[in-house]
Amino acid sequence: MKLMEGSEAIAEAAIAAGCRFFAGYPMTPFTELLEHFAKRLPDEGGVCINAESELEAAGMAWGALATGARAATGSTGQGLSLMQESFSEITLAELPLVIFNMARGQQDYYQSTRGGGHGDYRHIVLAPMDIPEAVELTQLAFHLADKWRNPVLVYGDYLLAHTHEAVDVNPIVFDGALPEKDWALDGSLGGTGQSRLVSPLGFEKSGRESPGIEAHLRRISAKHAEISATEVRVESGYCDDAETVIVAFGPPGKFVRYVVAQLRAEGEKVGYVRPITLWPFPTEAVAAAADGATRVGVFELCAGQMIDDVRLGVLGRAPVVGIGGISTDASGFGVGPLLDVEIIRERVFALHRDLPLPSLPDNDRSF
Amino acid sequence: MGLRLTCGGNTLSAHGTVIIDTEICKGCELCIEACPPRVLTMSSVVNRLGYQYPELQDGCTGCAACQLFCPDFVFEVFRRPRAAAATTKEQS
Amino acid sequence: MTSTNTELKVIGQQLPDLLLTAHHHMCPGCGEPLALRGCLESISDLGLSQRTIAVAGIGCYTSFSMTTDLDLVQALHGRAPSVATGVKRMLPDSIVYTLQGDGDMVNEGLQEVLHAAARGENITCVLLNNGVFGETGGHMTATTVLGQRTKNSLEGRDPTYHGFPILIGDLIAQLEGAAYVARGSVHNAGSVARTAKMFRRAFEVQMRGEGFSFVEVLTMCPTGWFIPTIEGPQYMQDTLGEVHIMGELKVDGVIHTTDELHAQNVLKAAEMEKALARGGIDT
Repeated sequence: MKLMEGSEAIAEAAIAAGCRFFAGYPMTPFTELLEHFAKRLPDEGGVCINAESELEAAGMAWGALATGARAATGSTGQGLSLMQESFSEITLAELPLVIFNMARGQQDYYQSTRGGGHGDYRHIVLAPMDIPEAVELTQLAFHLADKWRNPVLVYGDYLLAHTHEAVDVNPIVFDGALPEKDWALDGSLGGTGQSRLVSPLGFEKSGRESPGIEAHLRRISAKHAEISATEVRVESGYCDDAETVIVAFGPPGKFVRYVVAQLRAEGEKVGYVRPITLWPFPTEAVAAAADGATRVGVFELCAGQMIDDVRLGVLGRAPVVGIGGISTDASGFGVGPLLDVEIIRERVFALHRDLPLPSLPDNDRSF
Repeated sequence: MGLRLTCGGNTLSAHGTVIIDTEICKGCELCIEACPPRVLTMSSVVNRLGYQYPELQDGCTGCAACQLFCPDFVFEVFRRPRAAAATTKEQS
Repeated sequence: MTSTNTELKVIGQQLPDLLLTAHHHMCPGCGEPLALRGCLESISDLGLSQRTIAVAGIGCYTSFSMTTDLDLVQALHGRAPSVATGVKRMLPDSIVYTLQGDGDMVNEGLQEVLHAAARGENITCVLLNNGVFGETGGHMTATTVLGQRTKNSLEGRDPTYHGFPILIGDLIAQLEGAAYVARGSVHNAGSVARTAKMFRRAFEVQMRGEGFSFVEVLTMCPTGWFIPTIEGPQYMQDTLGEVHIMGELKVDGVIHTTDELHAQNVLKAAEMEKALARGGIDT
């Protein structure tokens, strides 16, 4: 066990998973993750480049991936906005990119799960609730990216980035053999008539069977359907007889889990559902939890985005009420006073008793 | 490649000749200007793409300017080594 | 073959080794295949075919991604130098080059190529500069010269409205990380041969690990210039050639002035003329 900042633990986990390339551009609260990669990758025989902008960072990762290396990039939500075009096309080029969003809250849910890019594309999105789980999900991200040849996004936040926890970072061996990277380029097949092409366009080298764009896009969307059916990860608790079920992810999900356990100890029939994959969203788990419930609450640190997916899961079985909200620190970069056990407990309890929700706490602007 | 040979450059003084893949030519005529001895002229008929194409007249030196300057990779160029050319003269 | 005399020697190659087919759908009179020949033949001549990875941008030349017999990664419009950086950093012993147009590199991807040059990335960036967006049918780019008519500068590029062209080769030559910067063209056989030599030198710079190398090639685009194919070469010299001066702008870290380049060009043109008249150029 070693006391580590979340950013350091995530970088170490990526390196343990074999990540040997990282490119990024500093931006709070993502910067420390870039720092750790910059410090650690060279002595692992890897490369970390301070890209001239987030946009180029995605391009550089694209190049590294094309050689078969495990590679990653990242930023915070704002920086990822610059990278969306590349993420869409990297998905169509079927490259196993891992993306870290060290977000400034949960308002990047749409960006992560629906994507800000163009076209029919999906990314697997993993949302750790704390540093130990981040270490595990980071390594899982590289595994799933290679398994499906599809980008995987790890949804971190300010809390994960800047708090410390004692944690072990050991390489995890996942079961299931990964497909061969016979598509990876190393230059060796030049002039042989068998040279390779890594492209989002769906064409093959001249003289070979070329699926063309339409068939290529259909195959990829079929792959996304398969991922959607097989890669859901979720944690639910106390839902069997719960009258009130709260859905929350990430660190806020861990706070909700704690509050629900506390209320259960006091005899209150409350339960929780914590999505670990934001895409594919655990629709069935939410539906099952909502089946017996009287009401479903959604606790998010933003204006309310995951609530749409919860509604799709609940599908009218029970009313769905947003009990989170926008809450940042004074700089607007970090989490605000809403992320507090007592305050969350008040709001869950008010929902549970059909009482009006307390007003949102304001951040302390005194300094 | 629909190779159709239209090579006439075989008089004694000529040192070279070309094979022209007339079926993939797009009739841009860049080779006509590029040929130093001006021995390429455009055909009167068109190929399957509907383009006229170059035909070789006498006097090709095998300098490969046409090959260098053809955007559609139409020309294969041959040169008769100068010494061999001399003996051909004596024989005739 | 008509001649019974079997002593005929093959000169040059109809199709470069690294092209899978002669077929492509560039317009008649397009200069890009001429530049591509110089690039691919330098790679095979230097024995680099089984070490080279190409990174293609998005433009008319993108269709060569499917006919170039090299391991190739297709990049997004403007992003090739970044992708090439990632490839080269992971495979330092490989030879990596980008193939881009002026719209791709000087408009969309100006930041990418300037920073790759400033970082001294050991890659070769190849720019096919025809002064227009060819693929979309002839629109103005950052290298379109003053007075040049395009579909969105119908009366000719007007500096007070459209601003001035960017001389990308000259810009890159100023950057410390750039070791070799050259601007060739393909407006006649002599210039095609001369540009092939520039490609060779650029790849040799990369082989020696001396830093960023850059080959810009002025190419004809009769369709995008709205002129007959046969007038392409002269039009190019009168427009792009007057502003984007050809020659080796930077060799072994030494930057050459425009006047030096002019003098060299006159010399080289005469040399090529004589060689052709004598019976051929050894590319």
